Amino acid sequence: MVNERVNCEQVWRDISNYIEGDVDTALRTAMDEHFGTCPRCKSVLQGTRNVIRLYSDERMIELPAGFDRRLERLLAQRARPRASRWLTWEAWLVPVAAMALIAGGMWLMNSRTAVQQVKSEHANAGQNIPPDLAVVVAPGTKVFHVPGCSFIHDKDNLRKLTAKEALKEGFTPCPRCLKKYLETTAVVYALPGTQVSSDADEDEAARSDTSHRDEVRGRD
Amino acid sequence: MADDCCRWLANEMAEPNVLRNNAAADKSGQSASALTREQDLIARVQRGQNELFYELVRPYERRVYAAALAILRNESDAEDVAQEAMLKALANIRQFRAEARFSTWLIQITVNEALMRRRRERTVVMEGIDDRRDEETDYTPRDFADWREIPSEALERKEIRQKLAEALASLDRKYREVFVLRDVEQLNIQETAEALGISVASVKTRLLRARLMLRDLLAAGWGQGWFSRLPFEKGSKPW
Repeated sequence: MVNERVNCEQVWRDISNYIEGDVDTALRTAMDEHFGTCPRCKSVLQGTRNVIRLYSDERMIELPAGFDRRLERLLAQRARPRASRWLTWEAWLVPVAAMALIAGGMWLMNSRTAVQQVKSEHANAGQNIPPDLAVVVAPGTKVFHVPGCSFIHDKDNLRKLTAKEALKEGFTPCPRCLKKYLETTAVVYALPGTQVSSDADEDEAARSDTSHRDEVRGRD
Repeated sequence: MADDCCRWLANEMAEPNVLRNNAAADKSGQSASALTREQDLIARVQRGQNELFYELVRPYERRVYAAALAILRNESDAEDVAQEAMLKALANIRQFRAEARFSTWLIQITVNEALMRRRRERTVVMEGIDDRRDEETDYTPRDFADWREIPSEALERKEIRQKLAEALASLDRKYREVFVLRDVEQLNIQETAEALGISVASVKTRLLRARLMLRDLLAAGWGQGWFSRLPFEKGSKPW
């Protein structure tokens, strides 16, 4: 087998492939022979190997200060299982606070609604009105009545509802037809030294209640 | 898109035969026990023990950073990309196949992330236009002094590491990237071509030129006293 000869230019062209082991046998043999006789090309070969050896050393890579700490922290954050997020009491602070706020808000809204239910400054919400008592309200008024009450202004457009619903909507009991439930009125207006005839009131209330029931029954 | 990328990488990495991978593992200095430990860590992370991921990637954090830096040339961007690549690798760890080399898979994800960022930020404009004529003409070495091996202890000196890094940074982008992926990151020619999206022939041509240019730069550095105070100071040049 006759080895082909190579010149310096050919060696330089293939020197990287030679180092990679990426040349055929004939070329490798020819280059080996050339390196044995040509100090210039041998210098190129050895210098190139020097370059590869130096740069492949990991000491050549300098990380910025704190790089590994930042990376470790980032990966630790990402690696933390999602379920464990709720294992610390601090994690519950926000949802508990949110629920407390919502509950407080709802309580406040209810309180405000209760205050606003009484629409008239003279109104009295009444006491012990049977919640299922059938009552009527006239449009544009603030008072609910027992059906048939003579103090209803617009009798043609009455809306039927229960006493509970009327109170909830902000209506107040009629001081006439529902007088017996407005006991506090008597207390408010009782002057010192005077006596309120409760017995008389009770009698009247009993009578009124009976008559109202009769009226309601009659309408039904 | 990211998932597709990692699936592609996983498939690509599964192709090479085991012999080549073992040879590569040996070349990179990874002992058999270290390889077994790495495979064990990979399996555990794949089963959900994500807290072990940093332990798995720690040996490669320098190489991941160096790959990003070679492409982006900015320390801050390189660190960002290195972190993003690690997170992407963690998210896609189940797609990694045991037959592949983990470090190569990690580096390829990093290169992909870095290239995407460079395309997004158009930093390539800052480095001038690639001139294909360079690749088509032969490179002629300039220095032919006698050679001696530079002892690796030289790298203990910060100023030498700095000079070598400056020489590498002075190369055109296309040469620097190929050189770093092949000679620093230890990807093979085929993997380097795939990672950069160029042909195998281009990788070989650019690698040749990069190596010869660096050799000349270092030879010139010798004349400027870069390697003074080394044991062969009184001898001939190492080139």
